[in-house]
Amino acid sequence: MIPTEWVLALSAVLFTIGVVGVLVRRNALVIFMSIELMLNAANLAFVAFARQQQSLDGQIFVFFVMTVAAAEVAVGLAIIVNLFRLRETVFVDEINLLKG
Amino acid sequence: MVPYLFLGFAAMLLATALMVILHKHPVTSALFLVLSFSSLAGIYLLLQAEFVGMVQIIVYAGAIMVLFLFVIMYLNLPHDVEKGAQIAVRRGIGWMVGALMLLFAGLLAKKGWVAGPAATAPADLSGGNAAAIGRVLYSRFLFPFEITSILLLVAMVGAIVMAKGRPASPEGEGE
Repeated sequence: MIPTEWVLALSAVLFTIGVVGVLVRRNALVIFMSIELMLNAANLAFVAFARQQQSLDGQIFVFFVMTVAAAEVAVGLAIIVNLFRLRETVFVDEINLLKG
Repeated sequence: MVPYLFLGFAAMLLATALMVILHKHPVTSALFLVLSFSSLAGIYLLLQAEFVGMVQIIVYAGAIMVLFLFVIMYLNLPHDVEKGAQIAVRRGIGWMVGALMLLFAGLLAKKGWVAGPAATAPADLSGGNAAAIGRVLYSRFLFPFEITSILLLVAMVGAIVMAKGRPASPEGEGE
């Protein structure tokens, strides 16, 4: 039996890795992957609590989060492809169309 | 046995997740992300969430990562060049924020806010995890389940419209 605290600690570290990835990288695709890491960290916490509560609601929520993540990736990657066509770059600090 | 398996999967998950954000080449990052999703699926299996583990492999390690790799190869990206004082400063800030977040998580754990209330009524698990999830999904969560199908349809239409780009010569122009 794995203690819930271990899983939650793992989830916290994974989420932190995702946050650091968003902050330190400038490639929009890698930033997107880091966002996926954060979503997965949240899923892991859901599954851990679902097991602790002996309830299925957490796992159902993970199912919905995965659906939203799939939709998000499809739309986000389409935006990145469009941006690349427009500016020839995927580096977020070179994309400053709205800069005054 | 199970705790050792968990520790192994956890170590692999953290190592591959770190490689995702540290590696300079986006294709390698994406492949490491596949590995980290797979080890996460192993952890789900150990946590008695078999259905979620299988969906994790099929949806995340399969569909989503294929989409990522497809886009990366379509854009034909080179190595990321990350030089200059501004980027170094931002990188330092990023790692500092990460350390702060871990510190905060440690404080929360110390306060004992991690463990929630005790279980109320155990779910009906007859027929296995997937069968139990199916029963709940098609009864209590039927309406949200149907809404996700609309969400997927909207995302599909949006992705196609955006990725198609603008027409080469828009009508009504040049007259």
